Amino acid sequence: MATEQKEIVIDGLWNNNPALVQLLGLCPLLAVTGSVVNAIGLGFATLLVLVGSNLLVSLIRHQVADDIRLPVFVMIIAALVTIAELTMQALTYELYQILGIFIPLIVTNCAILGRADAYARKNPPLLAVLDGLSMGFGFALVLFILGAMREFLGQGTLFADMHLLFGSIAKDWTLVIISDYRGFLFAVLPPGAFVGMGLIIAAKNCFDQYHKAQKLKANPLAEAGGKRVRVTGIIA
Amino acid sequence: MALMNLSSPHHHSLSKTSRLMAWVLLATLPGLAVQSYFYGYGTLINLVWASGLALGLEALVLGLRRRPIMIFLTDGSALVTAFLIALALPPFSPWWLTLIAVLFSIVFAKHLYGGLGNNPFNPAMVGYAICLIAFPVSMTQWPAIEQTLNFGQQWQWFWMESIDGGIDAWTGATALDLMRHTNGLTLNEVALDNPQLGLSLSVSMWVNLAYLAGGIGLLAINAFTWHAPIAMLASLGFCAGLFHMGEPDLYPSASQHLLTGATMFSAFFIVTDPVSGATSRKGKVVFGIGVGILVFIIRTFGSYPDAFAFAILLMNLSAPLIDTYTRPKAYGHKSSKSSSQGDL
Repeated sequence: MATEQKEIVIDGLWNNNPALVQLLGLCPLLAVTGSVVNAIGLGFATLLVLVGSNLLVSLIRHQVADDIRLPVFVMIIAALVTIAELTMQALTYELYQILGIFIPLIVTNCAILGRADAYARKNPPLLAVLDGLSMGFGFALVLFILGAMREFLGQGTLFADMHLLFGSIAKDWTLVIISDYRGFLFAVLPPGAFVGMGLIIAAKNCFDQYHKAQKLKANPLAEAGGKRVRVTGIIA
Repeated sequence: MALMNLSSPHHHSLSKTSRLMAWVLLATLPGLAVQSYFYGYGTLINLVWASGLALGLEALVLGLRRRPIMIFLTDGSALVTAFLIALALPPFSPWWLTLIAVLFSIVFAKHLYGGLGNNPFNPAMVGYAICLIAFPVSMTQWPAIEQTLNFGQQWQWFWMESIDGGIDAWTGATALDLMRHTNGLTLNEVALDNPQLGLSLSVSMWVNLAYLAGGIGLLAINAFTWHAPIAMLASLGFCAGLFHMGEPDLYPSASQHLLTGATMFSAFFIVTDPVSGATSRKGKVVFGIGVGILVFIIRTFGSYPDAFAFAILLMNLSAPLIDTYTRPKAYGHKSSKSSSQGDL
C-alpha cells in the first residue's frame, strides 16, 4: 500500500505531471500565469475541484454505468467549479475579477476529466483523493513556477498583490527584485508564456535525462523506458 | 522541406553558403552608408555590437549543442542576421535592446529549431518583432533628421540612454507615422502642418533607393531569383495604388509606400530568405504577394510603425502550405491540378 501511495504522489508531482508531461490544461496554464498571485489563485481552485471530483467520482464508481460516465463526470465537475467560482467571488472578489473567464473554464481542464476517467473511477475514494491532491499540486506547482518566472521577467517583482488572495496581512509581501525595472512586456504577454513553458519542460527533461544516465551508469542493466503518445519526455 | 531537384546543367556559382552570405553583407553597405549619413553613428555602433553578440552567441549555442563551431561560425549566417537586425532597429537603440533582439533571433528562432536551414521563421524578424512587442517606446525612436548626434553623444546614448547637456527634439515621427495618424486631416494638410514630412519622405526615399541598389546587385549575381521581391513590391504597389486612386486624400500613393519605411530593405534582404520562405518559383511569387498585401493592410489599418516583421512572420507560417500547393510538376507526371482532381 505504502509504495502505491508513494507512486501516486511522485507521478502527480513529477513523472506524470499533468502540465509538464501530459500537457493538459494548457489554456489556463498559459493564460493566467502573468503573476504569482494569479497563478496560485487558479492553481488552488483547480486543486480543490480536482480533489472534489476525484472523491465524488470514486464514491459513485459502482453506480454509474460505463456508457454514460462522461456526462456524469462533467456534471460533477461543473457543479464543483460553480462552487469554486462562487466561493472566490465571495472571498477574493478582486482576484475573481482578474481571473475572469478562466475560473468557469476550469470545467474544460482536461486534467480533471482525465484523472476522473483514468484513475478515480477505478480506485477507492482515499486513493482517488490522494491522486487528486498530488496531480493538483503538480499542476499548481507548474503554474506557480511559470507565474514567478513571468512576473520576475515582466515586472521585476515577486509576490506582488498577494493581498488579493490572502487578505491584508499579505499587503507587504511584494519582493522588488530589481528596483527601477523598465519591464519586459514580452514575458507578460501570451508568447512569453509559451516560451517559458517550453523552457520549463526542457529543464525537466534535461534533469530526467541526466538522472537516467546516472542510473544507467550505476546499473547498466536497467530497462530503457518506452515513449507514449503526446507526452513530453520518457516514462519508465 | 521539399527541395527542388533541378536537372542539369547546374549553375555552380554561389554554391557555398559563406560566399552567398558575404555577398549579402556587401550588398547591405550602400543602405548602411546612406542610413548612417542621415541618422548618424547609431546604426554603425549597433552593427558592431550586434555582430559581436551574434558570433559569440552562435559559438556558445553551437558549443552547447556539440556541433563543430568553426564550420558554422564561418558560414556567415550569424553575421547576416546581426547586420539585418542592426539595420532594422532604430539608430537610437540602446545596447540592451540589440542584445535582446540578437539573443532571441540566434538562440530561440534559429538554434532551438535546429540551426541554419531548419528555422521556420526568419531569425532577424523574430528578434525584431519580439522587441517591437516588448519595448514599443524604444523601438520607435527614430532620429529627427535636422539634428544628428556626434559620435560621443551617440556612444553615451548607446550605453546610458542619456545625453549630457540635454538635446531637444532629437527624435521625430517617421513619415509612415505622420501619414497614418492624420487626426482626420487629409494628407496635404498633414504635409502643411508638418514641414518635416517632406524631408522625412525624401530621406526615406534615399535609404530605400540605396537598399534597392544593393538588392539589384544581388539579383545580378543570381544570389536569389526575382520572383519573391518583385511579387512583393508589385502587390504592395498595386494595393496602395488602388486605395490611392479611390481616396487620394487618405491613402499615400504607391510610390510613397514603395519608398518609405523598410520596403526595399525587406524586399531584397528579408523576403528573399531561402530558408523560411517558399521554395518553388511559383511559391515564391505567392509568398511575395502575400507579404505585400499584409504589409499594406497592417501599415494602413494596424497600429505599429511598420509592418514588415509581422507580415513576413505570418507568411513564414504559411510557407509550408504554399509549398504544398505549388510543388513543381515532375517530368512524366500529371500536373498538380489534374492529380489533385484525381485524389478527389
